[in-house]
Amino acid sequence: MSVESLKCKECKAEYELGATYFCERCFGPLEIGYDHSDLDAAAAKRRIQAGSRGIWRYADFLPFTGRPADPLEPGLTPLLKADRLAERLGVAAEIWIKNDAANPTHSFKDRVVAVAIAKAQELGFTTVACASTGNLANAVAAHAAAAGLDSYVFVPANLEEQKLLATGVYGTNLVGVRGNYDDVNRLCTQLAETHPWAFVNVNLRPYYAEGSKTLAFETVEQLGWKLPDRVVSPIASGSLFTKLGRGFQEWIDLGLVEGGQPTFNGAQATGCSPVATAFAEGWDVCKPQKPDTIAKSLAIGDPADGPYAVEHARKTGGGIDAVTDQEIREAIKLLAETTGIFTETAGGVTIGVLRKLAERGKLAAGERVVAYITGEGLKTLDATRDTFSMHEIDPSLDSFDAEFAQEVSV
Amino acid sequence: MSVTVKIPTQLRAATGGESEVQVEGTNVGEALDAVFAAYGDLKERITQDGTLRRFVNVYVSGEDIRFQQGLETAINEGDEVTILPAVAGG
Repeated sequence: MSVESLKCKECKAEYELGATYFCERCFGPLEIGYDHSDLDAAAAKRRIQAGSRGIWRYADFLPFTGRPADPLEPGLTPLLKADRLAERLGVAAEIWIKNDAANPTHSFKDRVVAVAIAKAQELGFTTVACASTGNLANAVAAHAAAAGLDSYVFVPANLEEQKLLATGVYGTNLVGVRGNYDDVNRLCTQLAETHPWAFVNVNLRPYYAEGSKTLAFETVEQLGWKLPDRVVSPIASGSLFTKLGRGFQEWIDLGLVEGGQPTFNGAQATGCSPVATAFAEGWDVCKPQKPDTIAKSLAIGDPADGPYAVEHARKTGGGIDAVTDQEIREAIKLLAETTGIFTETAGGVTIGVLRKLAERGKLAAGERVVAYITGEGLKTLDATRDTFSMHEIDPSLDSFDAEFAQEVSV
Repeated sequence: MSVTVKIPTQLRAATGGESEVQVEGTNVGEALDAVFAAYGDLKERITQDGTLRRFVNVYVSGEDIRFQQGLETAINEGDEVTILPAVAGG
């Protein structure tokens, strides 16, 4: 395997591998071009199975020539069959939950950051940075600390306190910007021009985004080298959604797995649904929105990969739906009660859309559905406040009996 | 109105290395046309069939013109028009 070049997704112009991310000819995004012509599928499978317990087992499909140093190696998170969730949804489909909160900083962002920081080191950067809605901030701060790099993390100043605390602890330069994520992103795009820093999701974005493919690879491997029939994934910028598609496609094309692309269903919050709107209206661009939702990790009003997410949902016969803040809260509880997995608001969005698909009769009997849980519930505790009540009693048997008289029989 | 149009680093080969250009115009479209009149190579990179390419973002003093009147967005004396790639973030 060799990593060939950076290639424009729009006009196919090619660029040398470096810290660059958009096409000078047409402004299209750059993607990694690989040469897999000498790859033997059986040998690649053996290398994977003998590989490390994390994303670097897929090093053949990442933009490196070997396994980089990565002390916090993320990946190989649990894929759980959620029969009780399927039952509550009233479907005979097989529902699987890919719990990617089980990563070093408790979100899927550890995957993309591990790849970006390894690349930043390879390219000689000593400072890394990012524009984040929270999870990325946690991951960049932690992985930079692990690698001994300086870091600058830019977030909207009104982020959930849990995400700010879980970033600052790593000793990063945490910068709260008075504005929404799109303001933060614009600022970082400008800073990337004037500072010699590796912004993981700006000038290193082509490499960074590749990390999300490992979620597709793991899914296939954990299903016994089979493709799911359908995936449900949250959409913020659309990068995860489209890279899941690319991951499946690479393995289909190279003969590591048989079959076709799963049906792709995307999930957004109603308060920030530019991609769902573009899908519904049949547009090939997204009209930007000013976000207003409790799902702050998905609150990107101007999604970079929105057009490609719309295209992939259409091409696979899927769709992109949006759910309200109330539906998000209910879905967080539904997942917790039926699987023991406590997800953040983004996972509530995903499960909310899964529930919508079930209600519409879209999930056929026997169909194998994988829903991606991308973050941890402890990061967005406010979303669960007031969704249940606690029994408060005196430390006496009488007090307990009085409280539970109706429910407990001896 | 005289405004400053900021050019992204990667396109500065087309402006002879200039990072910003001073032009006249009453709205964003006119200001960009004035830039294209001075630096013809930029036009094809930024626009297609008379509209902005889909991965180009333009801001007037920090506000995305798609939240305003697009290329018709009025500009005032001293405004800064910034052209940036739209493929960052997430």
